[in-house]
Amino acid sequence: MFEEIFDAALFDSATRAMIPILLAALGGMICERAGVFQIALEGIMLAGAFAAVAGSYLAVSWTLGVVFGIAAGMLISLALAYGTVTRRGDPIVLGIALNLLAMGLTGFLLPQLFDVRGVFQHPRIDGLDRIAIPVLSDIPWIGPVLFDNTLLTYVALLLVPILWVFLFRTTIGLRLRGVGERPLAAETLGVSPTAYKYGAVLASGALAGLAGAQLSLGNVVQFAENMSSGRGWVAVVAVMLGRAHPVGVLAAAALFALAEALGFRFQGNGLPVQITDALPFVVTLLALIIARKRFARLLDLTTAA
Amino acid sequence: MTFELELRGITKRYPGVLANDAVDLAVRPAEIHAIVGENGAGKTTLMSLLYGLFPPDEGEIFIRGEGVEFSSALDAIAAGLGMVHQSFKLFPTLSVADNVVFRQEPRRRGLIDRAASAARVRDLADRYGLAVDPEAAVEDLPVGVLQRVEILKALYRDAQVLILDEPTAVLTPQERDQLFEVIRRLRDAGRTILFITHKLGEVMAISDRVTVLRNGRAVADLVTAETDPAEITLHMTGRAVDLDRRAPEHQPDEAVLEVENLTVLGGHGRAVVKEASFQVRSGEIVGIAGVAGNGQSELIEALCGLREADTGTVTLSGRDITTADVAGRRTAGLAYIPEDRYGVGTTRQASVSENLLMGHHREETVQRRGWFDRNAVARLTRRLVEVFDIKVGSVSGPVSTLSGGNLQKVVVAREMEHGTPLLIAEQPTRGLDIGAIEFVHSQLIRYRDQGGAVLMVSAELSEILALSTRILVMFEGSIVATLDPRNVDEPEIGLYMTGAHLEAAVA
Repeated sequence: MFEEIFDAALFDSATRAMIPILLAALGGMICERAGVFQIALEGIMLAGAFAAVAGSYLAVSWTLGVVFGIAAGMLISLALAYGTVTRRGDPIVLGIALNLLAMGLTGFLLPQLFDVRGVFQHPRIDGLDRIAIPVLSDIPWIGPVLFDNTLLTYVALLLVPILWVFLFRTTIGLRLRGVGERPLAAETLGVSPTAYKYGAVLASGALAGLAGAQLSLGNVVQFAENMSSGRGWVAVVAVMLGRAHPVGVLAAAALFALAEALGFRFQGNGLPVQITDALPFVVTLLALIIARKRFARLLDLTTAA
Repeated sequence: MTFELELRGITKRYPGVLANDAVDLAVRPAEIHAIVGENGAGKTTLMSLLYGLFPPDEGEIFIRGEGVEFSSALDAIAAGLGMVHQSFKLFPTLSVADNVVFRQEPRRRGLIDRAASAARVRDLADRYGLAVDPEAAVEDLPVGVLQRVEILKALYRDAQVLILDEPTAVLTPQERDQLFEVIRRLRDAGRTILFITHKLGEVMAISDRVTVLRNGRAVADLVTAETDPAEITLHMTGRAVDLDRRAPEHQPDEAVLEVENLTVLGGHGRAVVKEASFQVRSGEIVGIAGVAGNGQSELIEALCGLREADTGTVTLSGRDITTADVAGRRTAGLAYIPEDRYGVGTTRQASVSENLLMGHHREETVQRRGWFDRNAVARLTRRLVEVFDIKVGSVSGPVSTLSGGNLQKVVVAREMEHGTPLLIAEQPTRGLDIGAIEFVHSQLIRYRDQGGAVLMVSAELSEILALSTRILVMFEGSIVATLDPRNVDEPEIGLYMTGAHLEAAVA
């Protein structure tokens, strides 16, 4: 029974489920470190997914699709940055408004631009290819799961150590953390909180936009209405659960992805779809309640090291 | 001669207030220059102008003879000024070294050179006797060490003139002495120190010269060795004040509050108050001394019903109130002057009158058929404003327009008006000027003389010594000493406050 469920295919689907959550959560993490509560990840991801498909369709090129996804994410996050940083609005109210806007706008543009409802599929849409990394991808079991994936998968995984170094070893990372913790103290030392917050929010937009591109050009090659379906919210939770630490965020994203993959598997085994769909969110809830303290201590150790 | 720092004719106006009125200040190189004055005398405004936080309306600033104009604190830092603010501007989760080098980080191959920053911080710390571990996270450090970090920040930026704003307000006597030692070393190394305070003892102990501010004007520029506290006080207040008045002898009566083996748990299930036992009798003031964060706040919260006790009993006027709620305790006979008059003691948006009414709102005297009797409320307000001399434009205006001293009077008036057997006063004079401190002290003494029992927490040892019938010292959640104010002095209390008596016992 156990081996039947936990096979390579499960981990393959878990990896695919994890990458969009991880990308968006890493973006949310940067915002959190800069002291901006980023709750618009869901909407940004959805807009990114739509723009990526649109861009890829127009140019018949996944590169342009990815660029479009990033651009759409940054555009929405620019609105968030302007509203929360410059105008000092409430990030929660604004974030929810932007999420609703993204949902409405993609739902509206889908029939307007492509004359379809619900799902948009077309041979012109150029999806992300799987790139097998020589040698590594030949490792039995792990190889095909981790090292035969889309470019964005590698980007996401590499971003974990890169962002760790960025946050904890570079001057910009130190100043970003300072701004997030005590903006006034940073300002008295000549570090502008506004600039750093803008940078962080825009970066999170780019990353959540990438998450959308992976979703619509990597995991599948199509756009479906509301296809982010809660992954952005899961990413928000992953930031909290992972205590805005790259390794913690990776662990949290992996946990949720595993739950999602398990859900699919159980669905195949005949469990009602409503229950399996709820699984990632049940795990989210449980993780938040049970693991909070233990996680916190573990991560304190890694941060201190 | 060339002054290290000179202000000429500095004037700053706020709507309706002249905060600084043509202030002249001349500071010589390598001297410790004290700036004293009551709260509201314009000390903070003057230093903010000097530090570039906002521009003066009139006047000029010279550094080593050259006129300067600062448009931000950065300009001031670049010109060699360093400020240690009263409220520290540090990043809690970052290390000491990261806090110090922030924005001027030593780099190696594009990354922060952590070894170099730790070494440079350690080097500076050693040179001036500022013992501190560069690797420690700031949030784990006691207040005295945080102050050293702030000083290191200024020194790291090569400050020639160091401005210390009320630096001893948060320190134990031992920490204060260490700070004075550091300040002297800095002076001997050629740096200039501006020391802002309202404590005369410190002016006499540390400064070479002193400038006195009153009502926004510099009224005196004195050489410390040639003056005395009485003369400075006269300049500060414009009248003679007797501050060293010991509370008269008084015979305490039966116990009003009895606390037995009270243990209170904080976060993580750690005991923050450990088996505290004591009594407060009617007609006495019991003062709790201790470095902030040693369980005083939690003890008071547990007594007031704001925090649950884990074990132990609390008896008030013979009634067991260990599990009573706040309202139950207040009915049983306690009133509470909280430490935080802005966040806890008053409601900013409400009027002066409403703030005075709070807690009295249940009393029948202010009600008629379930509604407030507006005349009765007005009578209560008027009486309290008069008796406590609260300076207020309109009692229906928001309480947030009041100065700190008058706001505290609102809280003190309201709580004393309850006339309960027990009054708990937490930091009752923090941040007040000499006049207001005198007033609150006289009210506490009056309360005691009328047979009230007063439990007072204070970070000011002079206040504890001046008012208390008995002194309890808290250290790491335990009451480590019960002292008679007639037989102890500040250094001895300080030993208990820092737990040094425990080390002495072991050795």
